[in-house]
Amino acid sequence: MLRRQLVLGLAAGAAGALLTSPALAEDTIKIGLIIPMTGQQASTGKQIEAAVKLYQAQHGTTVAGKKIEVILKDDGAVPDNTKRIAQELIVNDKVNFIAGFGITPTALAVAPLATQAKIPEIVMAAGTSIITERSPYIARTSFTLPQSSVIMADWALKNGIKKVVTLVSDYAPGADAEKSFSDRIKAAGGEIVAAIRVPLANPDFAPFLQRAADAKPDALFVFVPSGQGGTFVKQFVERGLDKAGVKLIGPGDVTDDDLLPTMGDAIIGAVTAHMYSASHPSQMNKDYVAAFEKANGFRPNFMSVGGYDGMHLIYEALKKTNGDTDGDKLMAAIKGMKWESPRGPISIDPDTRDIIQNIYIRKVEKVNGGLYNTEFQTFENVKDPGKAPK
Amino acid sequence: MMAAEESGDASRTLVAQANAALAARARWSPLEIAFWLAAAASIFLFPTKHLILTEIAILGLFALSLDLLLGYAGIVSLGHAAFFGFGAYAAGLLAKYHVVNEPVLALLASGIATMLLGFVTSFLVLRGSDLTRLMVTLGVALVLREIANRLEITGGADGLQGIVMDPILGRFSFDIYGHVAYVYSLIMLFALFLVARRIVNSPFGLSLRSLKGNPLRAAAIGIHVNGRLVAIYTIAAGYAGIAGALLTQTTQFASLSVLDFERSADVLLILIIGGTGYLYGGLIGAVLFKLMQDWLANLTPQYWQFWIGLILVIIVLVGRDRITRTTDPIRALVQRATDRVWSGVRGSG
Repeated sequence: MLRRQLVLGLAAGAAGALLTSPALAEDTIKIGLIIPMTGQQASTGKQIEAAVKLYQAQHGTTVAGKKIEVILKDDGAVPDNTKRIAQELIVNDKVNFIAGFGITPTALAVAPLATQAKIPEIVMAAGTSIITERSPYIARTSFTLPQSSVIMADWALKNGIKKVVTLVSDYAPGADAEKSFSDRIKAAGGEIVAAIRVPLANPDFAPFLQRAADAKPDALFVFVPSGQGGTFVKQFVERGLDKAGVKLIGPGDVTDDDLLPTMGDAIIGAVTAHMYSASHPSQMNKDYVAAFEKANGFRPNFMSVGGYDGMHLIYEALKKTNGDTDGDKLMAAIKGMKWESPRGPISIDPDTRDIIQNIYIRKVEKVNGGLYNTEFQTFENVKDPGKAPK
Repeated sequence: MMAAEESGDASRTLVAQANAALAARARWSPLEIAFWLAAAASIFLFPTKHLILTEIAILGLFALSLDLLLGYAGIVSLGHAAFFGFGAYAAGLLAKYHVVNEPVLALLASGIATMLLGFVTSFLVLRGSDLTRLMVTLGVALVLREIANRLEITGGADGLQGIVMDPILGRFSFDIYGHVAYVYSLIMLFALFLVARRIVNSPFGLSLRSLKGNPLRAAAIGIHVNGRLVAIYTIAAGYAGIAGALLTQTTQFASLSVLDFERSADVLLILIIGGTGYLYGGLIGAVLFKLMQDWLANLTPQYWQFWIGLILVIIVLVGRDRITRTTDPIRALVQRATDRVWSGVRGSG
């Protein structure tokens, strides 16, 4: 008994040593960056971290005379962690912004804290429509699923696709993508022959793909979160759906630039609607991709521009308030902000604090020996169609 | 006549001896008192760390619950998160739909609901050997997780959003700094620890140990083995449920991660770090594990899992005993001092 109780003394000592906190520095503006660096969504975190670092390398770490400090935290995309980490950042580190959020549940978990502490929450990745409605202090620099799904539906209808099977991950963004796409298709007289939902964690797509194949649709509309596209495409090809003439369409998450180079030629011809492709033909994007690849050794994807533009939004808002970190003033500065991003022209909707951007229709092609999403049609200044009209 | 009286005397002395032994076990040692004083002091010493301390207290309670199973009754479980998660969702739903608004009452209600679940599933665990038990407990947790993922009411993978907690006892509302949450969790942990301590030092606890050692022999001397196992499984489930409910109440949020396999695995690890069968193992393990995790994750957000893994392997390879052996002389000294103080108390009393 007593022998073990001494472990207890040691534990107390260790606890004391580990719990002492470092002194706080004044005159710095702190950004708590909470992203998944481990676990299934680690690729999202990796992209955002790289983009944030690149932005700071290019634009310096001083804005309006104040030093910008980014505090990186890993939440493993587990919402309980996100919430605790955000709370600690707010009360202990006294951060002025919280940013990141790899998946929707993590962004939602933090929303009440943003409201309570009056701190801007910059969503750089998560894509469910409702997120920005959960707190007046949330702004988004990524995208929403309805944005690309509705555009995808419009394109499909124009191109003779009438019979579609939808296959989405079973969580809020998936439901968003499925609903906005299906509504648009049905309204125009198209048919959804099957609506399939697959589990978010550790999915095995094979049985679901078999069901999709049995329905013999013109096209398969797919949403899986960034990072799962590789597995999906592999099983899509294994089931022979590509040879059966089923078109692969969907929001661009499935042909994510991060994994696209490893997907193999079977994916060539997949048509997706999305806000960013690494092969976007602007000069700004060419410079961005070159600098990004040089610094990191891998290709930037749509998550990276979410991070890059998120940092830009924070920097510009601080310039507007002249370094004032009052949450309400910052949010006023953020609303209506317009700028040129590597993905094209974007702005923050002053009413919903959500992003307004071009949505491009792209097709996977081989360019100079590598697979890319080549943009061939542009829908300009798309607002989030998922917001309820007020 | 003589013989009967003699055997009566003998059994009476035996009972007296057993009672004395149990009383000796139940005695509070100074280190135990110091542990709880340190826990109370942490409220004032580390006011900025209350959020993580709350998590440690909850994790400690969860590990304590597993210790009751593993350390005292010898039941291995790979799915203890089933009860943690059930309690977490129960508390969340009670608060969200305003069934029970007062947190302490809701906590008890969640605990009782989880005990019911524990009672029902305990009959599955009675069957078979350790390996079967591992599989059955794992299976129960997986089934529950999938149910929570499917049901509309739990919010699926998005988690249970929009929980607002009422003030505790109508007076203390949860603050953003986590002060109230920590004091609340610590009090609950201490209260439940006292109950657990009473249980394991009772004749019931003693019978658990005997059936852990040798179930056949325990049955032969008249202990109702299955009845005891069902009882302790139900109690442990209730403890885990209360731990889960505390997590939901203090974070005002519940997600599928409360039912994750990782959570069951983590709590087992924590118990292995801290040691089983003396109640403090889970608490100490929780303190060490969580602080180490937090510290490493801050040092290297990308690769902290590697370091955690490495440290765990080292702990197991070196062995806790070898680490603690170096401190044996100090322990012996404390032991002697304690004995003297106690005999002094008894002598004067």
